[in-house]
Amino acid sequence: MARVKFLCDADRCIECNACVTACKNENEVPWGINRRRVVTINDGKPGERSVSMACMHCTDAPCAAVCPVDCFLTTADGVVVHNKDLCIGCGYCFYACPFGAPQYPKVGNFGSRGKMDKCTYCAGGPEADLTLAEYSKYGANRLAEGKLPICAEMCSTKSLLAGDGEIIAQIYKERVLKRGYGSGAWGWQTAYRETVAI
Amino acid sequence: MRIIASLKTALAAFALVLTLAVASPVSAQQSIQGVNPTAQAVKEQDLLRQLDAVSGRVSIPDQKSGLLIQPQGREWRQFHNTTMFWVGAIAVLGMIALLVVFYMTRGKIMIDGGFSGRTILRFNVFERFVHWLTAGCFIILALSGLNVTFGKSLLLPLIGHEAFTNVSVIAKYAHNFLAFPFMAGIVFMFAVWVRDNIPEGGDLAWLKAGGGLLGHDHPPAKKFNGGQKLIFWSVILGGVALSISGVLLLFPFFATTIWDMQIAQIVHGLVGLILVAIMLAHAYIGSVGMEGAFDAMGSGEVDLNWAKEHHSLWVKEEEAKKASMPKGMVAAE
Repeated sequence: MARVKFLCDADRCIECNACVTACKNENEVPWGINRRRVVTINDGKPGERSVSMACMHCTDAPCAAVCPVDCFLTTADGVVVHNKDLCIGCGYCFYACPFGAPQYPKVGNFGSRGKMDKCTYCAGGPEADLTLAEYSKYGANRLAEGKLPICAEMCSTKSLLAGDGEIIAQIYKERVLKRGYGSGAWGWQTAYRETVAI
Repeated sequence: MRIIASLKTALAAFALVLTLAVASPVSAQQSIQGVNPTAQAVKEQDLLRQLDAVSGRVSIPDQKSGLLIQPQGREWRQFHNTTMFWVGAIAVLGMIALLVVFYMTRGKIMIDGGFSGRTILRFNVFERFVHWLTAGCFIILALSGLNVTFGKSLLLPLIGHEAFTNVSVIAKYAHNFLAFPFMAGIVFMFAVWVRDNIPEGGDLAWLKAGGGLLGHDHPPAKKFNGGQKLIFWSVILGGVALSISGVLLLFPFFATTIWDMQIAQIVHGLVGLILVAIMLAHAYIGSVGMEGAFDAMGSGEVDLNWAKEHHSLWVKEEEAKKASMPKGMVAAE
């Protein structure tokens, strides 16, 4: 099976935030939680750059390594999913995650966190595919329907790419060759310990 | 005439636009070749090299999500999964091993003179309440804390994922809520005992003599001996460190960044584990390790012979206090 990844071509991202909105809508993400966000670096200055970021579905995922209740699993496609029935909302995955992907609904006293929520690569969760239980806990399972994550599929400038890591890397390489420049695959070195060689 | 003139101008303008349009792709092509319009733009590797992080602005309310990449998460993972795991395992198991060896060689420390049958009040009811308030909370806080680090490798394989999650949820809530009575206990403890725990020259002599633990002689001591003062100060200082780091962890990102949270967790974990090891030794010597010691925190009344052997100067002080009181009056406590 293919190893799926996300790749944000930052030279194309126009900070429209449509990926953020589409993700929230597709997965019925609760209020206050953003599985995906667009970060603008050097905002308003020369050299401004926007990058769309969510869970990168890391190789040897740090969240899974530090989870005290062992609630994470990596699917055959390389998608890092977690089991909300096991999560205790301790917040450790957020400390370990290099991309700030884990999100927690605020429940109860102090800063106490509910069960963690994060990008599932639109692949649902450990429940049976396309069930109501899966949808209510994890959102859509587009992968089971043969579709890619909604954020990448509807990206208007095709900045955000999702799919087989080798194929999207190839698409990105061709773009860079054609236009003559590219700022690289943001986060890849940190997430996958590799980068797209150009 | 005017119409013709304006038509002429329009025609000329149109011709000009046409020539430009034909000519421009060539010149535009030339300018694109070899020119990188994003040459000025920030680069991920440069940012990571300079700042060790990449951050910017987000348009969603969660402002901390402006931090795009923080590779330090990997170092925290290394600490949590390896460093803290082994520091904790060695501290706790090492202390248990040390106590077993001590018990095998030294045995239970007996009262040399035997029980006298007469007792003296060592800790009043408030002192005992403060002790057991703090101790009771600490035991549950310690077990629920150890569960976070070691439960995955020790308890989870035994009882399975679902049961382990149920245990861990209860442990998490117990840890969050018992933190408050524990902190109150630390404050009370400081208030009632700090007066008797100021380090003195006599404490050094007590420690040098091995405190009667290693040898069989009994160096003189006041209400608290050198060893007890070390326990007191490790509880106070450790408790304060645990409280500060714990409150920061309890209110995540209230006044902290992700890096502060990581440091708070590191401090909380290490101090907690070391304090668990120290408390194991404290619990041992206060119960099975020494005859007559538990009464001090049990009934509060210790045997006079035990008191004379372990806290000779304190007994003298107490007796002097009693003697100076007018006849017929009983000490308030």
